Amino acid sequence: MGIRFVLLVNKQGQTRLAQYYEHLSLDERRALEGEIVRKCLARTDQQCSFVEHRNYKVVYRRYASLFFLVGVDNDENELAILEFIHLLVETMDRHFGNVCELDIMFHLEKVHFMLEEMVMNGCIVETSKQNILAPIQLMEKTS
Amino acid sequence: MASAPSAPATAPSLLDTLFQLSLDDLVKSLRADPSAAGESAAIVRALSVVHREIRAPEAATKAAALQKLTYLSSLYFAPVASHPLAFPAIELLASPHLPHKRLAYLAASLSLHPSSLSLLPLATHQLHKDLSPSTSSAVSHHVCALALHLLASPAAAAAPDLAVHLAHDLVPHLSRGSPRAIAAAVRVMAACPSGAVPLLFKPLAACLASPDPRASTAAAAAFCELSAPPADPAPFLPLAPDLYNLLTTSRSNWALIKVLKVFARLAPLESRLAARIVDPVCQLLSSSSAMSLTIECIHTVLTALPAHAAAVALAIGKVKEFLGSSDDPNLRYLGLLALGMLSPAYVSTVNESHDVIVLSLGDPDSNIRREALHLTMGMVDDNNVQDIAGMLASHAARSDPEFANEILGAVLAACGRNVYELVSDFDWYVLLLADIAKSLHCAQGDEIGRQLVDVGLRVKDARPELVQSARTLLIDPALLGNQLISPVLSSAAWVCGEYINFVKDPVELVEALLQPRTGLLPMSVRAVYIQAVLKVITFCCNLYCERLNDSNKELDLVFDESAIDQTAVRSSETEIRPGEDEILMASTTEKDPFSQKSIVYMISLIEATIGPLVECKEVEVLERAHNLMGFLHLLREIQELKDMKVGDHTKHNRVKELVKNMQTIFSQELSPVSVNALKKVSPPEDLVLNENLAELADVVSEDDTTPSTSIFLSCRGSHSAETEDESATSVGSSSLLSEHRKRHEIFYLPTGKAEEDANNYPCANDPLLSADNRIATEDKSEAVQLVSDWKKIKSTRSRPKVVKLDGEDFLSSMMANANIAKENSLSCTVRGVLMGRDAKPLSSPKVSDRTTGGMPKNMDSGESSSQRVENIDDGIGSHSRTSKPQNNEKEKSAIPLESDGKEARKHRTSGRSGHRQGKQKNRERPSTQPNVVPQAPLIQDFLL
Repeated sequence: MGIRFVLLVNKQGQTRLAQYYEHLSLDERRALEGEIVRKCLARTDQQCSFVEHRNYKVVYRRYASLFFLVGVDNDENELAILEFIHLLVETMDRHFGNVCELDIMFHLEKVHFMLEEMVMNGCIVETSKQNILAPIQLMEKTS
Repeated sequence: MASAPSAPATAPSLLDTLFQLSLDDLVKSLRADPSAAGESAAIVRALSVVHREIRAPEAATKAAALQKLTYLSSLYFAPVASHPLAFPAIELLASPHLPHKRLAYLAASLSLHPSSLSLLPLATHQLHKDLSPSTSSAVSHHVCALALHLLASPAAAAAPDLAVHLAHDLVPHLSRGSPRAIAAAVRVMAACPSGAVPLLFKPLAACLASPDPRASTAAAAAFCELSAPPADPAPFLPLAPDLYNLLTTSRSNWALIKVLKVFARLAPLESRLAARIVDPVCQLLSSSSAMSLTIECIHTVLTALPAHAAAVALAIGKVKEFLGSSDDPNLRYLGLLALGMLSPAYVSTVNESHDVIVLSLGDPDSNIRREALHLTMGMVDDNNVQDIAGMLASHAARSDPEFANEILGAVLAACGRNVYELVSDFDWYVLLLADIAKSLHCAQGDEIGRQLVDVGLRVKDARPELVQSARTLLIDPALLGNQLISPVLSSAAWVCGEYINFVKDPVELVEALLQPRTGLLPMSVRAVYIQAVLKVITFCCNLYCERLNDSNKELDLVFDESAIDQTAVRSSETEIRPGEDEILMASTTEKDPFSQKSIVYMISLIEATIGPLVECKEVEVLERAHNLMGFLHLLREIQELKDMKVGDHTKHNRVKELVKNMQTIFSQELSPVSVNALKKVSPPEDLVLNENLAELADVVSEDDTTPSTSIFLSCRGSHSAETEDESATSVGSSSLLSEHRKRHEIFYLPTGKAEEDANNYPCANDPLLSADNRIATEDKSEAVQLVSDWKKIKSTRSRPKVVKLDGEDFLSSMMANANIAKENSLSCTVRGVLMGRDAKPLSSPKVSDRTTGGMPKNMDSGESSSQRVENIDDGIGSHSRTSKPQNNEKEKSAIPLESDGKEARKHRTSGRSGHRQGKQKNRERPSTQPNVVPQAPLIQDFLL
């Protein structure tokens, strides 16, 4: 299914956003997030952005104090996922204007909406920032 | 509905609405106290409020509560009891207010899971309504998107009913080419292939040719998903023209990547297709500036187009560029991964990159290092194994402990693979093993120890060097404190004891084995040390006696002298021992080790060191210490007799005989035992297997209701007469038990299997053991008894292993089958639909042909998976004594080797020569050693 999950984690290892595209129980999620975060946060800039974990490949990228972790199938294209992460960050930047951790904490559902627009069922379905943001703008208008 | 028990039953909802905390307030309260305790307290408080608010009648209150609950459950693992989140979410789906609806959809897609599926039917109607909008405003379009998103969420995938009901509603969206509908269609088709595929496949396939790039991109992703591994990609072959069109015209890298993935699966099925796509792929490869697309092209070429040399050369060129990018670890890693994908035909290319790979072993990134190690191990062959293993061992010395052990483990595994297939110079290998053991951080003690003994058993020519290496390990006092390598020391001690005839200086060896720091060793290893000492002293005494035989007249003199020494030692045992030792040592060092003096020195050293151990609490050590002391005592007793002039030459002869016997016992060859050795034992003629095993057949067919009886019967089968009485009572009690079990079955735990396993172990006073005593008297029945007993022990002891392996085997094949079955239904349906589409010339016969053609394929894959499991099983089995049938090829190839491959495989066939020399060497040892394969005393001649 391509993307299995998207996690946003801060430097302290606290989860700031978690979106799963397959069902995992709370305990499984807790264990998975704990292990992956420990693995990825321990890595330095000189190391590559791909970590194998269980049957996933985790592609991650760090922006300031936030880590974006994307769990993908083993045959997924890692570099494409890095581009996807960058696209997500750019989209958030455009919406929030220089996005920071607080924006995501206080507008979590908006980030979820963006992700929903971009990824469905683990597949990337929308890559135009304009289209991704249109529904959110529409909702802001109606409410 | 579940409710929060702490919440007051009737909360004034108006108050809730007026003073309700918003999500922002919640986040602030969570941030107020960043400590873990403060945070969890805030979560508990918030949850209790939310549980009350969520039952409020006002939609706004409910929505805000739902929003908070969604937040808590998604980020803080808030324990959401049963499904309080799901029901309000479904309630709010019907809200006319868009933000509420949006929240509800978000909550539903995040919170619905298989256990809350009972609620989904409630949503079906709402989804249906939202999916078929009456107007075409932006809002209703958005609502549609929301509904589609829920359909594509993991929860909906587990609900085939929902898929069936809503498949029709997807069709108009698909024909519009909505990317969301395409993604949802994939989920729906996976959830319910039989219902949804005939309906949705055609519109989905049409999207591939859609002029809208978003639609074609989404469709490419959809087919990439549908043809992904457990599924059979063959049914998607007819889509090749559309995909090819996309490959040559699309400007979207996302689409191209997905199309390339589909082609990588399709091309191996159809060579014409492979030939067709080579050019566009190469063009993309050389022209694209996007690294993601480049690496995808490389993957496609390397995995699907290995026959097209030009394309492969181009891809390898790109891979080398990746490897050379010093500033980007991502590209280096992917480059190494790509090299690993190269088929064996291109090994030379990997070798060309040897330098880069070796350099990568020192990369700061552990992933890159690991991949480099993997590639390096892939390069190993029998020509370069010494270079590579030496290079890796020196690299391990420079690496961090974790990676060093990974390297060492890989080296040991590669060299030990397939009975040291790659190693031709065993002197080198033995040295390497010792070096590795001595290296810092080495945690591979078990494997090194195993291989040291294994090489000793299998490779005769390596023994002198092996003993030499073992000696260097044993005499180093620094190694004794390192618990990690105590298995190596144990093996080294065993090797020195077993192959004592190659030891140059037995006195030094005894000193090493008895040095004070051996107290640091684990008891099990000390036991091995003591046994090794026994072997050494036996060997020395024997040699000494043989020399005496040559010059018999010296005998008296020698024993007199020894007696004098003896008394001196005895009298000064406590006070001046160290000094005396030194004196003795000084006198023995220049002499030969088999002189009477050095033997006396050794004996006294042993007595001083081992003496205290006869009070050791560890039975293994205790027993061996007693054995050794007993042997020394015998030697001494005879000396003392001599001393009192009571003894005569018969006494000397007796001690010589004793020593000689011991030596013959120890000097017999131990050979490695093949796991399928048992199969080669021809059953004695008078053994009527049916007689005994007929009852076992019942046991096997019996289900778990009467485990104890069945086990018992099998015991009785092998020991008839003398256990009759005992058996009668047991039969009585166990049959009573089984009767009881039958009557009150529900009160019994359904774990017959586990009981059976536990019972299968011979008990401490099992009649089985008494069988050994009878062997001495009944010669004829001996073999029968031995064989059957051994079979029994073997089967019972190795049972847990076998059961586990079988279980795994069974499970994995089940899983594979389940997958295949499931995917098969999907691909069959897809195939049916596709055939329907281009049904012009080929209708039913072709379809049936294809489907039956597909069946064996699936069965093949099932078979291959089980074969793979079996291979793994073989690998494990070689030392775990499984009674499973082993792969026959090995056997077959081994037989001709015995006749003509002797010269070429001299190193490896040493054991085999043992096979020719001594059939049925029935070797009894006073005590078995932990390193010796336990069944060796019985049957040792059947080799790998």
